[in-house]
Amino acid sequence: MIAVPPPHGIEARALNLWYGDFQALRDVSLRVRPQLITALIGPSGCGKTTLLRCFNRINERYGSVRTTGAVEVLGQDVYAPEVSLVELRKAVGMVFQRPNPLPISVYENVVFGLRVHEERGRLTRAVLDEAVESALHEVGLWSELKDQLQTRATSLQLDQQQKLCIARLLPLKPSVILMDEPCSALDTAGTRAIEELMFVLKQRFTIVIVTHNMSQARRVSDECVFMLLGEVVEHTRTEQLFLTPQDARTADYVEGRYG
Amino acid sequence: MNAPLPRPIVFRRPWYSVALERAIEALIMVCGISAVILVGGIFFFVFREAFPILASPNFGLGEFLFSIEWYPTSVRDVRYGVLAMIVGTLAVTTLAMAIAVPFGIGGAIYLSEFCTPKLRETLKVVIELLAAIPSVVWGFIGLTVVNDLLITLFDAAVGLNVLNAALLLALMSLPIIVSIGEDALKAVPDSYREAGVALGATRWQMVYRVLLPAARNGLLAAVLLGVGRAVGETMAVLMATGHAVQIPTGLLEPVRTLTANIASEMGEVSQGSEHYRVLFTIGVLLFGITFLVNLAADLAVRGRRR
Repeated sequence: MIAVPPPHGIEARALNLWYGDFQALRDVSLRVRPQLITALIGPSGCGKTTLLRCFNRINERYGSVRTTGAVEVLGQDVYAPEVSLVELRKAVGMVFQRPNPLPISVYENVVFGLRVHEERGRLTRAVLDEAVESALHEVGLWSELKDQLQTRATSLQLDQQQKLCIARLLPLKPSVILMDEPCSALDTAGTRAIEELMFVLKQRFTIVIVTHNMSQARRVSDECVFMLLGEVVEHTRTEQLFLTPQDARTADYVEGRYG
Repeated sequence: MNAPLPRPIVFRRPWYSVALERAIEALIMVCGISAVILVGGIFFFVFREAFPILASPNFGLGEFLFSIEWYPTSVRDVRYGVLAMIVGTLAVTTLAMAIAVPFGIGGAIYLSEFCTPKLRETLKVVIELLAAIPSVVWGFIGLTVVNDLLITLFDAAVGLNVLNAALLLALMSLPIIVSIGEDALKAVPDSYREAGVALGATRWQMVYRVLLPAARNGLLAAVLLGVGRAVGETMAVLMATGHAVQIPTGLLEPVRTLTANIASEMGEVSQGSEHYRVLFTIGVLLFGITFLVNLAADLAVRGRRR
């Protein structure tokens, strides 16, 4: 079999979503290209977080969510009945708005995914140590934390916590990383650190980031999706969206006339 | 016409309003420290009744704690040894916890994580009902239902024994463990659950790897409150243990607990007598045991937090 690289990291087709009676997404169609950072922007309540949370189906934690249409990740329909959410979420990692490391040690946070997904017999001490070291290296935490791997992760500084939340995705070798306003709880230095990390990671992952902060979208993303009232208004290269928006609503938003 | 002059703004409040505020603060402080005063007071009065026994020639602390000979009404040779009752209390409590903790924590996990909201409400009402059954009624159940059951199932000579009392105590402490445990699990921030789910944990993995570590202290508190309930329970164990002063060699042996001993003999002693004071000394001992349980809990909770 020849491995054909999938044309799109994520593709949504005619996606509609209701929370009870409220329709949060309206006929969303979207292609997210791999190895790029795509930003979802728009005013509060426009459905950008909802859309993000469709990609790993974590929306379904709340009852009364109804979805129609299709979402494909790496060419596979994630809403197909035979899809295992456990496997889907192994491939599609997520970073949340508030850093949410688990109240266990730094070490156990990083290997959490392995412990959940791999057979116990394969997880020798050496395998786990190696996973922790390489994941923490990758997010730039190793030198800071190598002597305090056993401290409780919830006692770290916020930006360290957020980096740790990214690091714990890496041992699972995901294809997609979803980020839901990952810097909104951080100060400027923390924000810069996370953004620099995103540049490093984008060579290997498809990254989708939801952000409230338009300058952040402009700094970090390659492509930008502008959403309004549950619809995708415009999706194009970031500089184009900010400099020569095609839609009047986009233009008004990026110029700050509403939001 | 001149407009009325605006009233000058004064940075003062009337004296009664200030006084009321002070009074409320004082009242709240009294409420806050009342627990300390009460515990101190109770300890003082129990101890005062017990203390004179130390001077008695018939009483030795070593004999009290380490002898199984309990003959408080003997005319020739009174002996006050409560070791058998200490062992009885520990045996009944330990067995009760061995039954109640797995069920209680399991029930708490089911209520908080697995069942539908509608079912949860129903179950909680029923569990609260379980907590509302008076202990003497549990005693009746021990005397009749559990008694017959143990005789039929295990061919026991008497159905009133360690196992009977432990079953009752397990059922009595179950509601406490379930409801406090459920509160502890509910108090785990949802962001932890979300983190676990987003990393692909199954429901059970999330309970085991996320919730149990996160709610550990609260669950420990639930268990220890259950232990406290079991150690202190009197009426049901009085009716269900068989009330024989002996060190049990098996689960189907009758025993006597410290609490049941006090309750059954207190009505027959003359106030101020030696026997009376020994019963109060047993009260001090019970106090000591529960104090140690609470201290252990506190240390465990602190130690783990570090």
